[in-house]
Amino acid sequence: MAKVEFKIPELSEYPEVPPVVPGTMAHSKPYVAKPQFQEPLNFPGELPDDWHDKAIEAMGDLLGKYRSLQVYLDSCVKCGACTDKCHYYLGTSDPKNMPVGRQDLLRKVYRRHFTFAGKYFPKLVGAEDLTKEVLDDWYSYFHQCSQCRRCSVFCPYGIDTAEISMAAREIMDRIGVGQKYCNEIIAKVYKIGNNLGLPEPALADTLEGLEEDVEDDTGVAVKYPLDVKGADILVVTPSADFFAEPHVDGLIGYGKVFHEAGVSWTLSSKASEAANFGMFIGSYENMRRVSLRIREAALELGVKRIIFGECGHAWRVAYSFLNTLAGPFDFLDPKYPVPQHILEFTWGEIQKGTLNIDKSANDDMTLTFHDSCNVARASRMGPEPGGQFKIPRNVIKAVCNNFVDMAPDTIHEKTFCCGGGGGLLTDDLMELRVKGAKPRMEALKNVIEDHGVTNMAAICAICKSQFTKVLPYYGMDMDMIVSVHQLVSNAIVLTGQTGEDDEDESADDAA
Amino acid sequence: MSFLTVAFAALFYAATVLLVVGLARRISLYWRTPAPLKIPTTPAPVTQGGVVLRMFREVVFFESLFKSTKWTWLFGWVFHMALFAVLFRHLRYFTEAESIMALVAFVSPLFKYLAFAMIIGLLGLWARRLLVDRVRYISAPSDHLMLLLLLLIGISGAMTTFVAHTDVVAVKGFFRALMTFSFSDMPNLPTDPFMIVHLLLVALLMIIFPISKLLHAPGIFFSPTRNQIDNPREQRHVSDWARKLEQ
Repeated sequence: MAKVEFKIPELSEYPEVPPVVPGTMAHSKPYVAKPQFQEPLNFPGELPDDWHDKAIEAMGDLLGKYRSLQVYLDSCVKCGACTDKCHYYLGTSDPKNMPVGRQDLLRKVYRRHFTFAGKYFPKLVGAEDLTKEVLDDWYSYFHQCSQCRRCSVFCPYGIDTAEISMAAREIMDRIGVGQKYCNEIIAKVYKIGNNLGLPEPALADTLEGLEEDVEDDTGVAVKYPLDVKGADILVVTPSADFFAEPHVDGLIGYGKVFHEAGVSWTLSSKASEAANFGMFIGSYENMRRVSLRIREAALELGVKRIIFGECGHAWRVAYSFLNTLAGPFDFLDPKYPVPQHILEFTWGEIQKGTLNIDKSANDDMTLTFHDSCNVARASRMGPEPGGQFKIPRNVIKAVCNNFVDMAPDTIHEKTFCCGGGGGLLTDDLMELRVKGAKPRMEALKNVIEDHGVTNMAAICAICKSQFTKVLPYYGMDMDMIVSVHQLVSNAIVLTGQTGEDDEDESADDAA
Repeated sequence: MSFLTVAFAALFYAATVLLVVGLARRISLYWRTPAPLKIPTTPAPVTQGGVVLRMFREVVFFESLFKSTKWTWLFGWVFHMALFAVLFRHLRYFTEAESIMALVAFVSPLFKYLAFAMIIGLLGLWARRLLVDRVRYISAPSDHLMLLLLLLIGISGAMTTFVAHTDVVAVKGFFRALMTFSFSDMPNLPTDPFMIVHLLLVALLMIIFPISKLLHAPGIFFSPTRNQIDNPREQRHVSDWARKLEQ
């Protein structure tokens, strides 16, 4: 681990709300995107001379297009209910990381230009001009929000800071101030097809390697197909699933489930990315353009169903926005929701009894589950509200004997963000990521100490990456984080599977 | 008619126009502004009926605030409910309808004392705004002044009910004449200081309502995180401006 230049927060047994310490994170900001990465997204390359007026114009445009922005900028009564709910405030003490504090960075300019009181009595209502200092604050603090929506659970009006954060980033993009991490990645999707820039030959090679590994391990020829026309199911999964740990163990698990279920499926090199960073930058046009690839791939391959793999914000876009952005999907089988989550599929198979499970395969672990924010607060699984909490846990409990939940105020709709979401999973924001993880780390430490938890399962590629990086800062093992379908993969007994015992018996027979 | 009566008549006509027109414009703006994406805070209801229930629980019980901080909920909820009770009792100054008069008379003995609950609620909220560092940080002068305004309205009103009684029949006559535009019948407004202060501050509240954070009142009904049905897969949701992108 590189030398740490910031103070790692101390974990306490009971959650503490720290007192306000202004400016502690004013220095934090991600690298700015170079012009060549702004242009593919249809944004200007750099700050124009009339940036101020263009920014106000952009704000006006967004106010007319998004009811959320208009209503939320008006409705906040400064009650402070949200102030102790954001993991970034709890980890940094910086008051501009309180949801209302963050919103006010935009609201004060909104009031100055779009409200009677702000125009004529600015000091009375805290209205301010958009100066260069304010713009710098926007860039810094709107990249200290992971758009996790935890604040919207507790606000009496449901004000969602994520909506404000997305609008602010869109305004900044429109005046040439973009974030390198998000915008470069989106450009890679347009150019190559996925966030990691893995071209088709690399994907094909990776999948072949997985097939070999799985056959070596189990004796069964489980396939991981790519670009197969006429397959029933198109699987869209985060590109991290192709090679990162523990993500790839999840992908292996999906393949085993599909194999046992006897369905034909395929991955796609065109739609080789479930993630959609267009959402993080609040750009409807870019979010739409990225998601249209999935529609195109589904049409070209002639599939009947679309299933998404384990990814948090991708599932929000898939569940809540795909129909809007890339629908209608009347060319798919109406018997199945479009799209489905892999967990909806796997849980269905478990309920039908299709899968042969040996729970003892996971007996070396005591599991807990991290509700990823986009899944918890911005999606659903199954027909009932709250299925997004129940179904992952049902699957885990179906394949593991030892499961413990973290404290009630830290799970389900109140789950704490991992600290790395919303376009913040970049090394230039390491201090923020470590500090933002504090509340989740505290909850995890408690169940480790009180209930002997050894591992934490998650269904989000960003959470998995964030935790593998951040756990060591808190003295915990990076291998603690596992994919849910990794647990399934461990426990599933494939038809015709030969295990270690069988090999030993054959060896004895031969001897 | 006395000068005071004429002045207050003009003031209340102006205040009413500003309040009604201001609110109508804002509500119309919220109505016309599209919500292009499905963003209810989940878990969320999957039916329209469920959404109605969610909104009911939010507006009547302040459900989300209750989840957040119990003390803020206590003072905030008590203030609002006491306010509505007191406002309900005020109906007797604006109507001759027998059914309403009877209802108000029935609840009056209890609702009269809720004025104190309203004042205590406001004092609790203001104390919090002054003493809790996080809330102090986010408070502009207008946030403190709003609490002061409501407190003074509550206190001056309570004074007229419990201490310095005024000629309520004349006050009612004044407002009824305003409402029916019968100026020849208008009695002079009583000049008791607490009553004058009360009416003055109420007019001010009406004027600033549509240009202040009190817009949270209509706003909550338009909040997409609370009023949207969670059915994006079942029903395609596209706004007009987004549809243009598809052409």
